[in-house]
Amino acid sequence: MVDIKRLQEEDHDVIVIIGEVDASSSIELDNAISEAVKSGKKKFLVDCTSLDYISSAGLGVFMSYIEEFKRNDINLVIFGLNDKVANVFEILGLDQLLKIEGTKEEAKALLG
Amino acid sequence: MKYCYKVPCKKEMLKEIRCFVKEVLEKHGLSEVDVSTLVLAIDEVCANLIIHSHCCNPKESIEVEINVDKDKGLIFNIIDKAEIFNINEYQEPTLEDIIKKQRKGGIGLILVKKIMDDIQIYSDKKKHICRLVKKIPIN
Repeated sequence: MVDIKRLQEEDHDVIVIIGEVDASSSIELDNAISEAVKSGKKKFLVDCTSLDYISSAGLGVFMSYIEEFKRNDINLVIFGLNDKVANVFEILGLDQLLKIEGTKEEAKALLG
Repeated sequence: MKYCYKVPCKKEMLKEIRCFVKEVLEKHGLSEVDVSTLVLAIDEVCANLIIHSHCCNPKESIEVEINVDKDKGLIFNIIDKAEIFNINEYQEPTLEDIIKKQRKGGIGLILVKKIMDDIQIYSDKKKHICRLVKKIPIN
């Protein structure tokens, strides 16, 4: 259902989400973000260009780490949401609570 | 027009439910964003029932019924035999609360209430129905 990869690039890591994140697969996204946080690294991009679907279970994973990102000074920027997935973030107003950019270049610029 | 789909209470069936709803709504000419938003709402209610009301017991089942009415819009009935859960009586947490307490759940029903125009709960001795109504122009 979902395939999650973590790649190292320059001074940051990229978490690539491929497929659908729902109540049956959100645990995999949770594990990937948890590992990223524990790695001690501070800069992450989340590549959603191949994310076809996300339900509240997936959104909840991102939300549950917002405080931890702040506490540990972690900069995580999401990019490449398609219109349907972006709409889900917007319905809840999560586009205001998470860092979301259109393209990888824009996301990298925000990462600093 | 009426469409029905019955599945065992397994989380893996959520994808099948989404495919069923998507197929029906596309057949009636809804836009891509409307289809995906409505699919999401049904997915949230079904996930909630399968996981919390039925504890993912594959011997139990839920049924999704879609009534397409040119005048009334879309009426989704999600039918099961579990202990009734009244979404209208559920006081959902605020987003601030979810973030502060680092909760992973609790936002699904916020989404459902934002997406649907009306939510009704019916119950008799044999079954419970969660009825979700979306007033939307239909071909």
